[in-house]
Amino acid sequence: MLHTINKSPFDRNSLASCLRTAPDGGAILFIEDGVYATAKGTTFSGDVEGALKNQKVFVLGPDLAARGIAEDKLIDGISVVDYSGFVDLVEEFGTVQSWL
Amino acid sequence: MKLGIMVNEGPFTHQASDTAYQFAKAAIEKGHQVMRVFFYYDGVNNANKLSEPQSDDRNLVKLWGELAKEHGVDLVVCVAASLRRGIKDDILADGFRISGLGQLIEVGLAADRTITFGD
Amino acid sequence: MEDTETMFDTEGVTKNFMFLNRKAPYGTIYAQEVLELVLISAAFEQNAAIVFMDDGVYQIVKGHDPSVSGMKNFSPTYKVVEMEKEDAEEDEDIDMVWKIIVEKESMEARGLSTDDFIINVEVLGSQELSALMAEQDVVFGG
Repeated sequence: MLHTINKSPFDRNSLASCLRTAPDGGAILFIEDGVYATAKGTTFSGDVEGALKNQKVFVLGPDLAARGIAEDKLIDGISVVDYSGFVDLVEEFGTVQSWL
Repeated sequence: MKLGIMVNEGPFTHQASDTAYQFAKAAIEKGHQVMRVFFYYDGVNNANKLSEPQSDDRNLVKLWGELAKEHGVDLVVCVAASLRRGIKDDILADGFRISGLGQLIEVGLAADRTITFGD
Repeated sequence: MEDTETMFDTEGVTKNFMFLNRKAPYGTIYAQEVLELVLISAAFEQNAAIVFMDDGVYQIVKGHDPSVSGMKNFSPTYKVVEMEKEDAEEDEDIDMVWKIIVEKESMEARGLSTDDFIINVEVLGSQELSALMAEQDVVFGG
């Protein structure tokens, strides 16, 4: 499965709900305001680092850029993709669950 | 890969329609088929031809219509959601058509993947 | 019933659809409009898991009365969903399987139990819900 998260973890519980129920071996892609979860040194960084043990974790580069988050601020192990990479993830990981 | 896309928000308040559009465009450029984009909830506002964004801003209503024209993407706005929000045939932008919610289930059945963009 | 006119060849195709309801009712329209989607899917006789999670569990608690705010009470529609599920179970000619599920952690976090709900639900822990999710072909989240 591919999970997309488009909410800041400081605003909504999408990240927590996703991590609680996402089947192992899938991928999580942070998009839109969800990208705030991918920065190092936040109160949610530990949760995302924990997720990296069971899931591949990606972030949409154009949404990082729009928000002024440099790639060197990202938690280690998170890969940056563009929209083309987003399409590849949908193809590779099967059913898509959008945590709106 | 055959794709179905659901868009749940209008073109202005949320980023959902932007992300959906960029995703659809990238998928088509890679040779995938976007079978249908289904607009539900406030997403039906993407089909309002009366909307006039400022001239230096993107115009998603037009961009969606161009995608439909150039690549044969079927843009469907939900009839029940549209009626509530005053989206009717006489203000429907080029490239869109109004139909029933069954069209969303149908593309879910026909496509290899169905993905939702919303808030 | 809305039109169910079709354009693609989906004859004989059966998929597992999950409708993941995570939003509270009334504050936004999502809960109400996703119900319309759930019901239309019945016409296609597909498998459906209707899941209430996070604030979505508030959609099915008893005693809603939005009339004082001038809003429409759509609580009774959940009974229709329950009836569709029961009809599918009882009618041997209908192959679709519907499940109505509440996530245990979301329910307990809100101090609720199954007695608080207007419909009969199956309660699944997050691990069990995770296993069910892995079986889905299409997930409509809200």
